[in-house]
Amino acid sequence: MNGKYDVLVIGGGNAALCAAISARRGGASVLVLEGAPKFYRGGNTRHTRNMRCAHDAATEILTGPYTEEEFWKDLLLVTGGQTDEELARHMIRESKDILNWIVEQGVRWQPSLGGTLSLGRTNSFFLGGGRAMLNALYLTAEQLGVDIEYDAEVIDLVIEDGMFLAARVKRPVRGATEIRATSLVAAAGGFEANIEWLKQYWGEAADNFLIRGTPYNRGSILKMLLDKGVQEVGDPTQCHAVAIDARAPKFDGGIITRHDSVVFGIVVNKHAVRFYDEGEDIWPKRYAIWGRLVAAQPDQIAYIIFDSTVVTSFMPTLFPPIAGATVAELAGKLTLDAAALDKTIADFNAAVLSGTFDHTILDDCRTEGITPPKTHWARRIETPPYLAYPVRPGITFTYLGTRVNKEARMLMQDGKPAANMFAAGEIMAGNVLGKGYAAGMGMTIGSVFGRIAGREAAKHAQN
Amino acid sequence: MHRTRILEESDRLMTVCNSCRYCEGLCAVFPAMEMRRAFSDGDLNYLANLCHSCGACYVDCQFSPPHEFNVNVPKTLAVARAESYAAYVWPRALSGAFARNGLVISIVAALSMAVFILGFAAFNDRTALFGVHTGPGAFYKLMPHNAMAALFSAAFLYAILALVLSMRAFWRDIGEPIRGRADGGSIFQAIRDAGELRYLHGGGVGCYNEDDKPTDRRKLYHHLTFYGFLLCFAATSVATLYHYLLAREAPYPWWDLPVVLGTLGGIGLIAGPIGLFLAKTQRDAALVDESRYGMDVGFIAMLFLTGITGLALLLLRETSAMGPLLALHLGAVFALFITMPYGKFVHGIYRFAALVRYAQERRTAG
Repeated sequence: MNGKYDVLVIGGGNAALCAAISARRGGASVLVLEGAPKFYRGGNTRHTRNMRCAHDAATEILTGPYTEEEFWKDLLLVTGGQTDEELARHMIRESKDILNWIVEQGVRWQPSLGGTLSLGRTNSFFLGGGRAMLNALYLTAEQLGVDIEYDAEVIDLVIEDGMFLAARVKRPVRGATEIRATSLVAAAGGFEANIEWLKQYWGEAADNFLIRGTPYNRGSILKMLLDKGVQEVGDPTQCHAVAIDARAPKFDGGIITRHDSVVFGIVVNKHAVRFYDEGEDIWPKRYAIWGRLVAAQPDQIAYIIFDSTVVTSFMPTLFPPIAGATVAELAGKLTLDAAALDKTIADFNAAVLSGTFDHTILDDCRTEGITPPKTHWARRIETPPYLAYPVRPGITFTYLGTRVNKEARMLMQDGKPAANMFAAGEIMAGNVLGKGYAAGMGMTIGSVFGRIAGREAAKHAQN
Repeated sequence: MHRTRILEESDRLMTVCNSCRYCEGLCAVFPAMEMRRAFSDGDLNYLANLCHSCGACYVDCQFSPPHEFNVNVPKTLAVARAESYAAYVWPRALSGAFARNGLVISIVAALSMAVFILGFAAFNDRTALFGVHTGPGAFYKLMPHNAMAALFSAAFLYAILALVLSMRAFWRDIGEPIRGRADGGSIFQAIRDAGELRYLHGGGVGCYNEDDKPTDRRKLYHHLTFYGFLLCFAATSVATLYHYLLAREAPYPWWDLPVVLGTLGGIGLIAGPIGLFLAKTQRDAALVDESRYGMDVGFIAMLFLTGITGLALLLLRETSAMGPLLALHLGAVFALFITMPYGKFVHGIYRFAALVRYAQERRTAG
């Protein structure tokens, strides 16, 4: 901790560690400041499990090729075109080499996990999950001589004319200090755990949001940067949000609170009324729209309703379904209006046409004559016990961020590139993700831009 | 509802893990878990015995303590595993032996060594015990070969009987029909998996012991111990064949097969247990089932005693120390045999059965 570092990395997740390793390999002295305690290091990376990288041929763990063009088309589809094409294509191109580079940093791949076969061609899974991946990156960084501090909360950034000078850090033991560095890499995530900030855009509804990651992702670095002249990118209401079990803890429930059962039943709001086509598309493609859908419902609560015939059709869940021998009993347990729920289910059942059920394709089991329709996988809910999962919006990460260029260099509000400030990971995800999501993209953004940011930051420090 | 509190906790954890599955590449426990949606007592005891305690899932888990989900699979399954030994033991009346196992093992070991020394003294004249005996048949001046063979065969056969009946109770409880034989392929697969400790490697990264770095060397120490034990067993078997088939009496010269096997095995039985013991003292407290410390150390100590008394006997067999050392060595081996079904040794039996079952499940699942 003497003198001045070449590169200061703020954050401790995938993007931060890729930046630290890449800067250190580029010859720079590097300090990583992680605001969380050691156990919670790494922000959302702890909860991830895979990364989406382009590749031209099948590998030992990937079942087939996933070309740059196909990746780009998928990105275009999920974002509805709200992306920076040049930056996105650059990221996709770079993602090819990340498949090998990340292994050189000690991370191990494994074939797609049980229950995720649909991702077997496009996504590479981390052996042991995201925390195992992080552990490998930390070990490598330590071995390379990167300095790492935990519980190191950055409380201010000294920035003059687009030039980073120093960070003020509050540490539990040694108190506040100023740390100077030649380059800055900001990789400190989004602001999803900052409920007050979310309320600016969502109002009181944000009180009913559950946060899937740690309480440490408060967006304080993002806010400092935006307040000090860095250009903003992305819609502040856009985020990765899925429907998760309403019984999950407020923070850090991670992946295990999710539900994959939407396509096997119906989803009703607190008035026991359906509000969206549950069978719109193959589940993984619609997984990440249900957080916003539930957020738009009264009191931000909804219930997935199904019956005993489908209970083994999806992954086992952390929380057991709530069961009732009759619809009325189930409604009672969910505190829904029994008559309303009975009518919703009866109307739905009456509208179901016969077909051949197959959840792996867009099958011909659909409804007719109700609004909204269920366009695939519609089967009558009539075999007791009747079952339900209560769900709320689970926010994974936010898309509001700092604008960057292909060097991961931040752009200032006047459009000029910052002299020595770079950003990687969720803090700049909004450059690529205007809205929507495809599995594994967050980690692609983190690793690709982390690696670039570290390299460029080291290059700047050595000039 | 489960039979015990630890099985309740195991069920809770397996429900958490089954909705996550990030660890499925680390070992056999998680793929076996994924073949189920609900867990009976037998299922949980099967998973507990399948676990090799490599520690990787604890280090990799985003929900391990201090997280409120408090997921600690290695420790929970270690406790469940130890409790399963007592639950399946034959005869059931001796299940209490697992509760204060270190004490039980020490008392049995001390008693049997004392009995051999006193026996040697009582059945021989005073000069024989501390006399110098050399040449073929030297050992049998202290104890007739047939008496020795009969006593140890009885102890050994008893151990086998108790182990087989205990394993049978386990096999039945984990849901395998007694009449339904394990297929040869699965048994061969299990022998390979056990022989190389395939699942003590964290999925390829390595194992964890004292901290969150994969620097653990318990696999090596276990190999030294296990193969040391097998070599010693082979030495005794060869010597028995020499005795009955070739009429060649121990002690044998240093270059002869029983001595070579026994020496190599003895070195393994000294180095391996020392390594295992040191690794145990350094192990991260979060992963340790403290209440089973006595059982683990008791077994390690018995193996170490067997090895060290055997080697001492070899080195000093032509001196007046031979008599007492032979008594100590025979006492140690005798105690090791008769306590086998009632101590840490059984982990190998149950784990092997669990590996056979896992191999079968994999085959059935295709």
